[in-house]
Amino acid sequence: MRQLLLRVADAALLLWIVTTLTFALLHLAPGDPATLLIAPTATAAEVSQLRARLGLDAPLPVQYVRWLGDVLQGDLGVSLARSVPVRTVIAEALPVSLFLGGVSLVASFVLGTGLGMLQALRAGPRTDLTLSIVSVTLFAAPSFWLALALVALFTSGAAVLGLPEWLRLPAFGMQSPGAGVDATWSDRARHAVLPLLVLSVPGLAGVARYARQSIRDAGAAPHVVSAVARGLSRTRVEVRHILRTALTPLVVLFGLTLPGVIAGSVFVEQVFAWPGLGRTMLSAIAARDYPVVLGLTLVYACAVVLGNLLADALLWLLDARRRT
Amino acid sequence: MARGMAQGMARTVVRLRRVMTRAGWPGALLLLCAAGAVLVPWLSPESSRPIDDVLRTRLARPLAVDGRGHWHLLGTDAFGRDLTVRLFIGARISLFVGVAGSTLSALLGTALGAVAGWRGGVVDRVIVALGDALLAIPRLVLLLVIAALWSPGLTVVIVVLGLTGWMSVMRLVRADVQGVRVLPYVEGAHALGAPAWRVLRRHVLPNALGSALVATTLGVGNAIVLESGLSFLGLGVQPPTASWGNMIAGGREWLLVAPWIALVPGVALIVTVVCATLLGERLAPWVTRARPGALRARSALHAAAPRS
Repeated sequence: MRQLLLRVADAALLLWIVTTLTFALLHLAPGDPATLLIAPTATAAEVSQLRARLGLDAPLPVQYVRWLGDVLQGDLGVSLARSVPVRTVIAEALPVSLFLGGVSLVASFVLGTGLGMLQALRAGPRTDLTLSIVSVTLFAAPSFWLALALVALFTSGAAVLGLPEWLRLPAFGMQSPGAGVDATWSDRARHAVLPLLVLSVPGLAGVARYARQSIRDAGAAPHVVSAVARGLSRTRVEVRHILRTALTPLVVLFGLTLPGVIAGSVFVEQVFAWPGLGRTMLSAIAARDYPVVLGLTLVYACAVVLGNLLADALLWLLDARRRT
Repeated sequence: MARGMAQGMARTVVRLRRVMTRAGWPGALLLLCAAGAVLVPWLSPESSRPIDDVLRTRLARPLAVDGRGHWHLLGTDAFGRDLTVRLFIGARISLFVGVAGSTLSALLGTALGAVAGWRGGVVDRVIVALGDALLAIPRLVLLLVIAALWSPGLTVVIVVLGLTGWMSVMRLVRADVQGVRVLPYVEGAHALGAPAWRVLRRHVLPNALGSALVATTLGVGNAIVLESGLSFLGLGVQPPTASWGNMIAGGREWLLVAPWIALVPGVALIVTVVCATLLGERLAPWVTRARPGALRARSALHAAAPRS
């Protein structure tokens, strides 16, 4: 109980440091949201009037205390650029990023673990090497490049290569233009294929590398040697003695990767024009929209803190040695 | 004096040769890439050729001949510039940013880790808390915030990479320093009256340099990818200066007509990153295996003996 309270206090302290750092960074940087919002012909008096209305004329410490007080009451403020509560801005963008990140996270862990198991337990040295080269390459590929490569392949490339019609995938937006809320599910699914692929593939490759190494290490442990020596069947040794120990670090990795669900799709959202958190962040930074940037940073930091807590909790559940 | 210098040089050469044999083919490939990047203006007639008659020279396919009869290994871009040459010019920026950014964060991490591990107490807690806080913001977001707020450019990118990448090095060095700080020979150095900073520099820090070196090498690939990402978003190196990231961004609008413009720099980037990662992994066991031996060789008396 005491430990739990200490962890929560730690997390709260961490969030406070993160937001304070971001606040300082934002306000120390050159650029003024008021001059970006107002017409270029405005007079100095009009600019200072706008600054007063936005609360930007107060001294920095006052602005900071005001903002922190609001956050503690659950109020993230109002977007300077859009005059909408920051909470609404985040609520609009969050589902998009959650969908992209959630589906690709599950896909990369399920398929990546499978691939890693295949490589470590069943593949011959040559297949293993080939798969390793492929996964290292895919893991190193920047997501925006992978996105462009897939777009080239499945749009004009599909036409050149003579691929069937259903393989020519849309490369822009969440649904066909003009479809509105009536967009069919198949249309939406077709739009989601490429972004999800780009997000899952590097993750899959990373998880596969990790799983392979972890299973290899577990296979060399003395208790596995003894299990084989006792004449247990291969499958039984693999499932009961190797995978049980090898998959624990993967579960922890899952917890640590969780924040990537909402932060990992910046480039993908940018290339495919999906209105998620990443795109919102980019435009908010460009517009010096302080409350939105601060709110989003808080969301990201919360995700990291929750992911760490989850990883600890999972480790506690799975590994009896931690429960002393 | 001169003899000391010659000995020092000889020792450096021996050490360098040992590093080179360890580095193997990934190191050789990276070296080749760096050499090409430096020498490209002298190696290729293309680089000094002025842009003229764009319509006849642009968008040549890889391995094709353009409208004026010049052959291009990787084709040309929308302005008729040879992509092979541009790739090596871009390699200058990408490699430089990767190495400089990673080195900067390693220096910062080593300094902070040494101070944290050496001093302990409040200083240690503050540095660790700062590192944890920075780790709680995804690095990309942090990069975006800082790079976008200040005017984009080469220096900003390197500084930002340095400021956001020191945390892992700090933890490694801090752990090493904490481990070595309590060993008898350090105590011996203290007892012989060596000033604290000298003990730290001569007897403690060298033990942490191995892990710092590996972390730097592994960080190079990461830094290159991040730089290319920033440049892709228009927040990094600005055109017409070529970096692999802004070459990919520039090729984006020609993606459906001339996909090679965007795809070729990405392949170069992947190869470089894979090489840097493999290099780091090759150096890692060497460095960690060398450490216990190095510790044993420096007995308390030997370490504390005055060297000057």
